[in-house]
Amino acid sequence: MATDKPKLAVHKFSSCDGCQLALLNLGEPLLALPGLVDIVHFAEAGPNSPDQPVEISLVEGSVSTPEDIERIQQVRQNSKLLVSIGACATSGGLQALGNFANRQEWMASVYSDPENIELLNSSDPISKHVKVDLQIQGCPVNSTQVIGALRDLLSGVAPRPEVHSVCMECKRKGLICTMVTKGDPCMGPVTLAGCGALCPATGRGCYGCYGPAEQLNDRSISDRFEQLGLDAQAVLRRFRFIANSAAGFKAASEGLRGDTDG
Amino acid sequence: MAEHRDIHINVPVLTRVEGEGALELDIVGGEIERLNLRIFEPPRLFEKFVEGYERNQVIDMVARICGICPVAYQMSAVQAFERLSGFTPDPWVEGMRRVMYCGEWIQSHALHVHLLAAPDFLGFDSVIAMAADYPDAVRRGLQLQTLGNDLIAMFGGRSVHPVGIRLGGFYRAPDRSAVEKMLQRLQAALPEAEALIGWTAGLNFPDDDQSFISVALSDPDEYAIGQGRLISGQGLDIDICYFDSHFKEIQSPHSTALHCELEGRPYLTGPLARLNLNFHQLPPEVRKLMEGCGISFPSHNMFHSIVARAIELYFAISEAIRLLQDYQSPAEPYREVEAVEGNAFGCSEAPRGILWHRYDVDDAGIVRYARIVPPTSQNQGRIEEDIALSLQKFGLDQTDEKLRLRAEQVIRNYDPCISCATHFLKLNVTRG
Repeated sequence: MATDKPKLAVHKFSSCDGCQLALLNLGEPLLALPGLVDIVHFAEAGPNSPDQPVEISLVEGSVSTPEDIERIQQVRQNSKLLVSIGACATSGGLQALGNFANRQEWMASVYSDPENIELLNSSDPISKHVKVDLQIQGCPVNSTQVIGALRDLLSGVAPRPEVHSVCMECKRKGLICTMVTKGDPCMGPVTLAGCGALCPATGRGCYGCYGPAEQLNDRSISDRFEQLGLDAQAVLRRFRFIANSAAGFKAASEGLRGDTDG
Repeated sequence: MAEHRDIHINVPVLTRVEGEGALELDIVGGEIERLNLRIFEPPRLFEKFVEGYERNQVIDMVARICGICPVAYQMSAVQAFERLSGFTPDPWVEGMRRVMYCGEWIQSHALHVHLLAAPDFLGFDSVIAMAADYPDAVRRGLQLQTLGNDLIAMFGGRSVHPVGIRLGGFYRAPDRSAVEKMLQRLQAALPEAEALIGWTAGLNFPDDDQSFISVALSDPDEYAIGQGRLISGQGLDIDICYFDSHFKEIQSPHSTALHCELEGRPYLTGPLARLNLNFHQLPPEVRKLMEGCGISFPSHNMFHSIVARAIELYFAISEAIRLLQDYQSPAEPYREVEAVEGNAFGCSEAPRGILWHRYDVDDAGIVRYARIVPPTSQNQGRIEEDIALSLQKFGLDQTDEKLRLRAEQVIRNYDPCISCATHFLKLNVTRG
């Protein structure tokens, strides 16, 4: 299958595999993908040449072991463009909750011989260790986002970054505000758009899985949550959740009064 | 006669599995001296993350353990919390949760049969290579996978980390118009799923019967999916809360997945174990499809697990049709579940086997301790035992390449999900 098509690699670090599914769950359009790119590395799907130079690498997962650091540096060297996809790759993921605690103690409570397992003291976004050309937030990212970005990059066009909050998606869809009408503590005002206002459309408040929007007013929404009856700990748990170590949410959680319980 | 070669095989990255793993195999003097399935997915310590979070938040957190089977994680968790509170979900909720779970079986089985396992049987590296010679089969697989994903999304908004399940039911009930469209698609897919059973049963299977213990959930009223008692082919029949009295998790130095044993022995969980124990509970029309295809259940040939997945896929579609016919929207999609202090136990049949959860919850409904035993760590001991037996039967004098391919195929029979278990495969064969 040697061709002149641009080469694509999909690399996995510490993750649930859910963001790769943005490709594997494409359905029949998946069969059109080899017409667009030459997939040289995608271990879950079969192709396994991690060291081949490529135009674009999609990277899923967070950096959490000493070996991961070496591997991501190799991926960077082999890639013209490196795109980190998902909450783990862009912010350390849910597993970055361990960054707020003593990971070695946690290891000892789950494994009888934790010394057999090498682990860094933090779960890091890809950008902490290498230059990243494009970040796509979301837990998980969806096919529209990933294929859209791939097509833009392959056409030599800079992908247009999402800047709005989930509130804007609710307005576009004509959804009635769940916080105003039902008193649901909704993270929509501080969460980056991209999901299509999934949670409000499903009858619940947003829980922030796409990470922080730009210019979030965390103080104001925290006050509102307290007025809705959440105690300080419950407000803290809203920020310290899926994208707990994304800059905006991390700063918000550390500024909250409830930051006392480990 | 040739001397025994000393062989060291190292498969550094196992492909077409979910997550990362490796296999190390040392053959010395014609005997297997060392065989380690190394799971090296970095530990993510999920059981510690959920401490201090609310029950409904934990349902959304545990989904993140696995992108392939998030529904299973959510269902085991919600079952645990509801059981602890003495809460019995309304019949509508029970029925619709079973339909959503069928969606996950359909997508996961379709993905595994077509994209991950079939290339082994047909001699391709990947589904992308296979698509050129078997375009219709690949297209069928992708269509079925999409159907399962859309069925999940009908309840949860999306198929990966869906957002619909909550304590007491669902956040929102699907619209009748969406259900009616889904019913038409499910009905149209039944003949495809029937053809898939025949297609898998016609594959070439190695003659590789082995003795092993099957473990599955059992429900007196139906083929168990979302709940039941834990049973084995050897007489085990217990409530899920007694799991710890019979099953033990142990850590081996070569893996970040804990191994699990039943009374000190490895065992099988997953589609073949379920069919071995519960085949009689499948509807007669589903059992009839197996007549004349040359394979019968119980089976102790792990290569038949691809047929088991195809049968369960057909069953899941027919079950979803049964439960969605005459669909009525409920007055309320959920009822409140009060917080009760105590130890909560949940267990359900994930696509690749039993998924057991325990949570200790305080009187405010905050989780204080969690333990999760996923199917792949339960199967790990059995996989190692199977590779050793299977390679001995295959012949240790085969080339390294043939040994590697056979070992990989054996491993893929279990559809291991390494992301779940680490808490997967390089083959290192050393012949010395």
